Amino acid sequence: MKKVRVGAGQGFYGDTIYGALNMAKFGNVQYICFDCLAELTMAILQKDRQKDPSKGYTKDITVTAKQLLPFVKEKGIKLITNAGGINPEGARDEVVRIAKELGIEGIKVGIATGDNIYPILDELQAKGISFADYETGELFTKSKADILFASAYLGAWPIVECLKQGADIVITGRTTDTAQFLAPMIYELDWAEDDWDKLALGVLLGHLMECSGQATGGNFSGDWWNIPDMENIGYPIAEVYEDGRAVITKPDNTGGRVSIDTLKEQFLYEIHNPSHYVTPDVIADFSAARFEEIGKNRVQISGVKGKPKPPTLKAIMGYPNGYMGAGMIGYSWPDALKKAQKVDEIIRKQIELYELQVNDIHTEYIGYNSIHGPLAHPVDEDKLNEVYVRIAVHTNTKEEAVQFGRLFPPLALNGPPFVGGLANLYSVRQLLGLWSVLIPRDEIESRVKINVEEV
Amino acid sequence: MAKVQLRYVAQARSGDKGNTCDLGLFAKTKEMYEVFKREVTAEKVKAHFEPLVEGEVSRYEVDNVYALKFVLEDALGGGAPSSLRTDNLGKSFGSNLLRLEIEVPDELLTGEHCIKVPPGKT
Repeated sequence: MKKVRVGAGQGFYGDTIYGALNMAKFGNVQYICFDCLAELTMAILQKDRQKDPSKGYTKDITVTAKQLLPFVKEKGIKLITNAGGINPEGARDEVVRIAKELGIEGIKVGIATGDNIYPILDELQAKGISFADYETGELFTKSKADILFASAYLGAWPIVECLKQGADIVITGRTTDTAQFLAPMIYELDWAEDDWDKLALGVLLGHLMECSGQATGGNFSGDWWNIPDMENIGYPIAEVYEDGRAVITKPDNTGGRVSIDTLKEQFLYEIHNPSHYVTPDVIADFSAARFEEIGKNRVQISGVKGKPKPPTLKAIMGYPNGYMGAGMIGYSWPDALKKAQKVDEIIRKQIELYELQVNDIHTEYIGYNSIHGPLAHPVDEDKLNEVYVRIAVHTNTKEEAVQFGRLFPPLALNGPPFVGGLANLYSVRQLLGLWSVLIPRDEIESRVKINVEEV
Repeated sequence: MAKVQLRYVAQARSGDKGNTCDLGLFAKTKEMYEVFKREVTAEKVKAHFEPLVEGEVSRYEVDNVYALKFVLEDALGGGAPSSLRTDNLGKSFGSNLLRLEIEVPDELLTGEHCIKVPPGKT
């Protein structure tokens, strides 16, 4: 019976390479798939590309290619990644460069493009397509000049097309997180475009794998203290059979755990309505999915239902939304929190005194409430050994954000006693707003381009 | 009946989607799930997250894995790339919810139904 084993190699831009390496060495997989993109990542990549037009893809593809291309050549493992971000051609060129550097020949690299809708925004608007934010309903008041990037989410089929044309490595721009994982299942098991239940199963398997170690014991809120060998967590593998059976497992010789408990947390992660998960390829209904432990680190998944794919594709647009300036300074016991609170008072008064233009001020006390925010519970202040205060502001210009950071060093001499550390000075970040819209799928899909070349 | 923090009886995971935070809350057994359904309502969760969450809170019941799924709108200070917060991705919302206290029948406070048995119970 035909089957395919698809492994996860990356869950986000910046993930470790060792998960993918373990997959290549011990996973016994035909495919390793990498999900590198998040909304935040698109914003980061856009900033890279503003500085250097040849960039705009995830920089860790260089390491990935160096480490994994030998396995493509020797073991015939295929790689699928959306590392292209907003510049798939650039990512392809980088992979080709590495292949040449390693002396690897005879492999095919495919790219799928067409997700970048920035060039056609005017055209789409002229056709009367509404850019109202589909989450808030807010009308679109920006002009194209205000927009930094605009990317539609493509599904699995452009990747399938690359595979059909013989690609060993497929690089895309903004495909959905699950598309990388779904595509090889479609291709290897000949799933039809309207076999909604199978496509929905593939989407669920992809969803379980897209955040790498988060399905195999990472970020696990159950008995996390019992997860074996957390330093070397194996990334998830989907083993899918022609008859529709599917199992999630992980490579031998790796740490972590695959169980119903570790999988179920990932199952509901970031999908909104579990019985109506909208993807470009199928609307998946996870509400009757069944999880059964059928062996050590093996969970069988069944019962997933699918509904016909939606008539629209989601796109996100990013626009500049000012800057964040931030500063941080630490104080030691006694009265650490009181001293840090005094700094907050000083900084707020100085903002007024020096007439700094800020739109918003946000204060956090690290060691007390920086993560839980207003929900943090009161603490016995006398027991706090140290507290860092971090203050962030939203400004219209970069200069104002830099100026804000300059308020912190003088505190070492002019502020409360027993300063413990100054950090993040002059840390300035451009903030981006995001706009989510729905676009008729024909407008996007008719422009998707596939290119497969041999190195 | 005992008042118990969710940290002893639930798993949780949260993350971002734009300015919305998605939060899954998981029971170990069907019996405990029934308690969650009764005790952890969308209204209570909305009140618990004041003033962090400015928008609506909706709840989905996910019977197949004994879970409740909460979608918290307008929750992340404008969304990750716009937020001034340290937790700009809303990853801590799950642990924030684990602070909520609910009424649990005494007979469910055993290892089978709990992540960690609360102090003083068997």
